[in-house]
Amino acid sequence: MKFRVERDVLADAVAWTARSLPARPAVPVLAGLLLEAADQRLTLSSFDYEVSARGGVEAEIDEPGRVLVSGRLLADISKSLPNRPVEVSTDGAKVTVVCGSARFTLPTLPVEDYPALPDMPTAAGSVEGDVFAAAVAQVAIAAGRDDTLPMLTGVRVEIEGDMVTLAATDRYRLAVRQFHWKPEADGLSSAVALVPAKTLNDTAKSLTQGDSVQIALSGDKIGEGMIGFEGAGRRTTTRLLEGEFPKYRALFPEQSETVATVETAPFVDAVKRVSLVAERNTPVRLSFSDGRLVLEAGSGDEAQASEAIDATLEGEEISIAFNPTFLLEGLSAIGSPVAQISFTTSTKPAVMTGKPDVEAEATDEYRYLIMPVRLSG
Amino acid sequence: MDAFYASVEQVAKPSLAGKAVIVGGIGARGVVATASYEARVFGVRSAMSIGEARRRCPNAAFLSPRFALYRQVSDTVMELLHRLSPLVEPLSLDEAFVDLEAGPHGGALDTDQVTGIAVRLRADIHAATGLTCSVGAATSKLLAKIASEADKPDGLCVVAPGAERAMLDPLPVRALPGVGPATGDVLRRAGLDTVADLAAVDESELVRLLGQAHGHGLHVLAAGLDARPVVADRDAKSVSVEDTFATDLVDRERIARELDRLTIRCVERLRAAGRSGRTIVLKLRRYDFSTLTRSETLRGPTDDPGVVRETIRRLAAQVDVTGGVRLLGVGVSGLADFAQQDLFGAAAPELGEPVEAEEDTGAETPAEAAPERLSWSPGQDVVHEEFGPGWVQGSGVGRVTVRFEVPGGRPGRVRTFAITDPALRPGEPIPLPALDRG
Repeated sequence: MKFRVERDVLADAVAWTARSLPARPAVPVLAGLLLEAADQRLTLSSFDYEVSARGGVEAEIDEPGRVLVSGRLLADISKSLPNRPVEVSTDGAKVTVVCGSARFTLPTLPVEDYPALPDMPTAAGSVEGDVFAAAVAQVAIAAGRDDTLPMLTGVRVEIEGDMVTLAATDRYRLAVRQFHWKPEADGLSSAVALVPAKTLNDTAKSLTQGDSVQIALSGDKIGEGMIGFEGAGRRTTTRLLEGEFPKYRALFPEQSETVATVETAPFVDAVKRVSLVAERNTPVRLSFSDGRLVLEAGSGDEAQASEAIDATLEGEEISIAFNPTFLLEGLSAIGSPVAQISFTTSTKPAVMTGKPDVEAEATDEYRYLIMPVRLSG
Repeated sequence: MDAFYASVEQVAKPSLAGKAVIVGGIGARGVVATASYEARVFGVRSAMSIGEARRRCPNAAFLSPRFALYRQVSDTVMELLHRLSPLVEPLSLDEAFVDLEAGPHGGALDTDQVTGIAVRLRADIHAATGLTCSVGAATSKLLAKIASEADKPDGLCVVAPGAERAMLDPLPVRALPGVGPATGDVLRRAGLDTVADLAAVDESELVRLLGQAHGHGLHVLAAGLDARPVVADRDAKSVSVEDTFATDLVDRERIARELDRLTIRCVERLRAAGRSGRTIVLKLRRYDFSTLTRSETLRGPTDDPGVVRETIRRLAAQVDVTGGVRLLGVGVSGLADFAQQDLFGAAAPELGEPVEAEEDTGAETPAEAAPERLSWSPGQDVVHEEFGPGWVQGSGVGRVTVRFEVPGGRPGRVRTFAITDPALRPGEPIPLPALDRG
């Protein structure tokens, strides 16, 4: 095998493919990155039995072939090469990488032992890359991070006609985002999947280059559940999580007693300032009254802080306390200049939504539900 | 207090004065809580299994503890300590530190005055309860504690300022707090047997042997330096409950049910204290006494029984219980005074509600029936319609033997009844007589 490729093109493709390489591979070959050269195209693949990634780039192929090399090493090398064309060739059991006057010789891994990558599930539809990335980021922030409840480390993807709903919760908050997509396959008018949140978020971010992202879901009948994403010449598949995602729709309160509207940026700044004294995530207390929101943190002998900002209030005045991290993450996730928060009581969940300005109607496109902190005494 | 539970029983039960008394769990799985000095002669020690204690001292009176009475006596003693100073730090029902400097006697006490106070205190405690105690007085908590043990029982030891080294030096390293069997072994292998040996080595040597925190702490203690203040209200660091079972539990469902019960008790105590906690701890002791704890730290503190139950069940599912479980415990630590509400916990059944009511009633019937059967535990207070108050000396084959005597009275007579005798009913503990309450 022998090919030549631009340094930036190679580094970019290797970095993307090596992203999902396991730090501690179950079998040694899984630490490898598969390089396949054929038809003026270089294809790079990685797989760890959970996540597979495959990307292709234009290359000048002198001699077609396949070879498996350490992905981690190739990624480190390719990103530090000088900006010159890179020539990669095999020489017996070695791979030689030459760029300018730099020369590397790498051992190969047994390519015949490398598992076949799973096939992309039947395509189901497409969505704009940046819309998808933004939606996933908004939801993934609420997903659980520890493995004690594995189903909470996932993002639930629900497809109903041309509407996709993403939902995630770590049992303290719940984020739900809806967006439209273009379904392609008939008969896939409704589907659900539970996708590992971290993988989904990484994938969505890495596929923003293309105009659109294809999303493909393997149906129940094909056995083991899998979801695939494809865009800009790159495709990745990931195994779905098992387990029952909580029935989250019923968690949103049916009606709210109080609706507060606050400009997001000053609110975020005030929470950040006040929570400087909230050690170990002790709560930030919010008191909404007409035209005013008072934020307080700290108590007793410890450091204390308070700040007042403008707020519009409809309904009863309310005092409520939140974990400052959960509050800040929600305010950032709504991604809007104005935050609208609906309350029922100080022990019931509050719902945050965004709107472009104070006068506008809030939409239900994105909702962030947050459980309050109950103060004793 | 000297052999506290046993001494209380000896005062409360005149026939036991001067006899070997062992207070503890009387069942097959029981351990000795306290042995009187008469029983200690036979090698009976606290925490020994009751079976072992029975072999060593078969003629002792084996009694179930009567905590209500001990607490009452303890309150009397603590009240006497509070007259000396407002700064009283109880370590247990029968042990406390008192900071005399904070008291009415003030800071200008010399050794003679301290001795005088200690002599009067011991007399007052004896007068109020009939019990003896050992008092240690020194310039630090470390030495006061060591001094209190130096002259046990019924002793008094005042370490004069400047005499600390002489007191500490000959002691074995195990006398220092924080030196248990493991640390003791490490030190012994390094040739450090006495506190004098410890005090002679460099701090860096101890840090190398025991690690930074422990090594440094021990170096300071060995030098006789202990600046820990007497703290009147020590904040609880955790809340936990545990149960030992008469027979090992092998059935996972039964284990889960017992854990649910412990969870509810633990959360009730947590809530009663107005607290919440972040770390949920499962404790489990297997048939072979191997004990393990598993914990999970939540992102926010909780006092939600649903959340604690879920977590405990999850922790229990990871533990191998093959062979049986003799003890289960549920605890919450990382305490806070606010609770992060949980989306799913809130939807779970409320405190005290059985999770699966039907299954519970069905399966629990044999266990619940047990208390209904009349049972008399040794040491228990009873009242007989004709003979008055007394205590259970023993019970078996349908009979119960009762000794009728009251605290402060003369040793009483023994009578045996059928356990179902309608004239016999459980009684309340009778307070210890004050010999001279004035």
